[in-house]
Amino acid sequence: MPTDETPGGAPRRPTLAVWKFASCDGCQLTLLDCEDELLGIAEKVDISHFLEASSATAPGPYDLSLVEGSVTTPRDVERIRHVRAVSRRLVTIGACATAGGVQALRNYADVAEFQAVVYARPDYVAALATSTPIAAHVPVDFELRGCPIDRGQLLEVITAHLAGRTPGVPRHSVCFECKQRGTTCVTVAHGTPCLGPVTHAGCGALCPTMGRGCYGCFGPSDSTNLPAFVPLLRRDGMDTLDVVRVLRTFNTAAEEFDAASRDEEELR
Amino acid sequence: MTHRGSRVLHVGSLSRVEGESALRLNLIGDRVTHARLAIYEPPRFFEALLRGRSYTEPPDITSRICGICPVAYQLSACRAVEDACGVVVDGQLAALRRLLYCGEWIESQTLHIHLLHAPDFLGRDSAIDLARTHRSDVERGLRLKQAGNTILELLGGRAIHPVNVRLGGFHRVPTVAELRPLAETLLRARDDAAQTVRWVAGFEFPDAECDHDLLALSEPGTYAIESGTPTVMPAPRTAGPRPDGNRAPPTRTFALPTFGDHVVEHQVPHSTALHSRLDGRRHLTGSLARYAISGRWLSPLALQAALDAGLADPRQAAVCRNPFRSIIVRAVEVLYAVDEALRLIASYEPPLRPAVPVPPRPGTGHGATEAPRGLLYHRYTLDARGTVTDAVLVPPTAQNQGAIEEDLRRQVQDRLDAGDPTDAALTALCERVIRNHDPCISCSAHFLDLTVDRAGPAR
Repeated sequence: MPTDETPGGAPRRPTLAVWKFASCDGCQLTLLDCEDELLGIAEKVDISHFLEASSATAPGPYDLSLVEGSVTTPRDVERIRHVRAVSRRLVTIGACATAGGVQALRNYADVAEFQAVVYARPDYVAALATSTPIAAHVPVDFELRGCPIDRGQLLEVITAHLAGRTPGVPRHSVCFECKQRGTTCVTVAHGTPCLGPVTHAGCGALCPTMGRGCYGCFGPSDSTNLPAFVPLLRRDGMDTLDVVRVLRTFNTAAEEFDAASRDEEELR
Repeated sequence: MTHRGSRVLHVGSLSRVEGESALRLNLIGDRVTHARLAIYEPPRFFEALLRGRSYTEPPDITSRICGICPVAYQLSACRAVEDACGVVVDGQLAALRRLLYCGEWIESQTLHIHLLHAPDFLGRDSAIDLARTHRSDVERGLRLKQAGNTILELLGGRAIHPVNVRLGGFHRVPTVAELRPLAETLLRARDDAAQTVRWVAGFEFPDAECDHDLLALSEPGTYAIESGTPTVMPAPRTAGPRPDGNRAPPTRTFALPTFGDHVVEHQVPHSTALHSRLDGRRHLTGSLARYAISGRWLSPLALQAALDAGLADPRQAAVCRNPFRSIIVRAVEVLYAVDEALRLIASYEPPLRPAVPVPPRPGTGHGATEAPRGLLYHRYTLDARGTVTDAVLVPPTAQNQGAIEEDLRRQVQDRLDAGDPTDAALTALCERVIRNHDPCISCSAHFLDLTVDRAGPAR
């Protein structure tokens, strides 16, 4: 951690900022969900800009910016550049900020038609044709996955930043987490289609533990082989439309999921 | 300082609300002509992107509308799709859904009370700031919030966007033994919730009234949460002269499938949220409406706490219409939700299967539940294969927008009539008036910029 000093010579606490783009607020809420740690965190860092939690905002630059949400409006294209300019480290939190979010389904549709479905006067609403991850616009120092992010991983990112080290966030698949927990494989035992083999770890294998196949809300892991994996989904009963749908949900704009869903669509 | 001339007041973003919005006040002299809540949260087009999805997907997809009330979305969606498919989920599965919803009420209402709203009453910027002077109160709030999250995590897998909800019930239901430690956590939480009611009842409340029609679900015998019939309590101004303005006028109900005939959405240029009106009139959903309409069905413990806190007695048809006191109603609802969760756990018997089958069929279904912020309505139309062909979502904050704007107009006017407030005082007032209704901006499409246009001569 850079040990800046205030003009008086006392060590300065690092500053934290939280920013929202197109999102549901769930990932920034995860910070407020750290009930046991929140007051402790506030002693270690100055929470300088966090509109959902505080009406006091201090001007930047900020040591650590957490960015939630995807870029979907012309105004936000400008705003993310400003956030980058005032942030030493920029960490994206969640599926919207790292992979476009569910709102990236518009990337496959005609946004004018989408607007017309929802709004009687689409001309009142400024929206881009696509929903894009933060990294498509500015350099990002670390991406935290999940829809929503995991509380433990968020604490790890903040702690690692304070300690000046790389966050220990494994990038392997959900399958590892099932094995660690001792959860029976839902595919092997019940033939349930499951995205676990291609999905980034972090949730603790929640869905398989509930007897449900993983639906990929943490996005692709670091070692996916979708062309080999998709036939397994078919074997377990999914048709082409099912496969397209499950790949195009909360991490729609993740490269691996996007490419595989386009391949599938060509088959239709 | 004089404010008699023409001028513009512009305030940055409104904080301690969920989402992004702005406020524009138009003043001519010392008269408020317009108060507009401008929601600029980027639109995400959920109603459009749901088209073409499988009928099994709306619970998970719509939960992503709001990280603060995902269960409300999941369960309104389940009810609507199940209605379209002609399936009723009852018995212990319905009880488990109510238990899950109690978790969200405890978490979300406690978040608003302690982290977003209480700082207004105690002159602080945030709960973290508040903790410097009221540490034990903030810690109690965090503990209570955590108890709500414990229910969500146990039943749903996680607190934000739970994974265990499905059409027809759940993927997995808990054993009796799994719920036992939860009951122990909730016994402590019940003491914390009762203390919270006493804490907020001691705040200072400005005199204020609102004359909106009130809309909430009702279900005789219970405080409606996860099901009920839309019920309207008209504003006193329309109910004719009464000796006591705080007496509840008679209520009326309408069938859920006619929701769209009664609550009509329209778009306004200043907002990406659609406004709506109830039978052509301004209405309010949420805690004040629920307490007025369902308050007599609170548990004895919650009702006694409400009366001890100085709230009107709903059994005597008395109504609390002071939006600032909504924080007390929320605290009572948290106490109720803890009490109710304990009751549900005590009478829990694991159902034979975790979900009832919900086969698709063509048709339209309607679902409504009481999100922490108010009535949330979903409607889906399915084709024979179970593909969603049309979706309509009417969130509480979009419904409340008109009422919030009227509260703003009225409160600012009262303040102007009482003296010559500074722009800073007006801004603080406006933010409080908005937070009274715990708006969920991401839901309604959409943080606050305040612009005051002061124009024209003094009257």
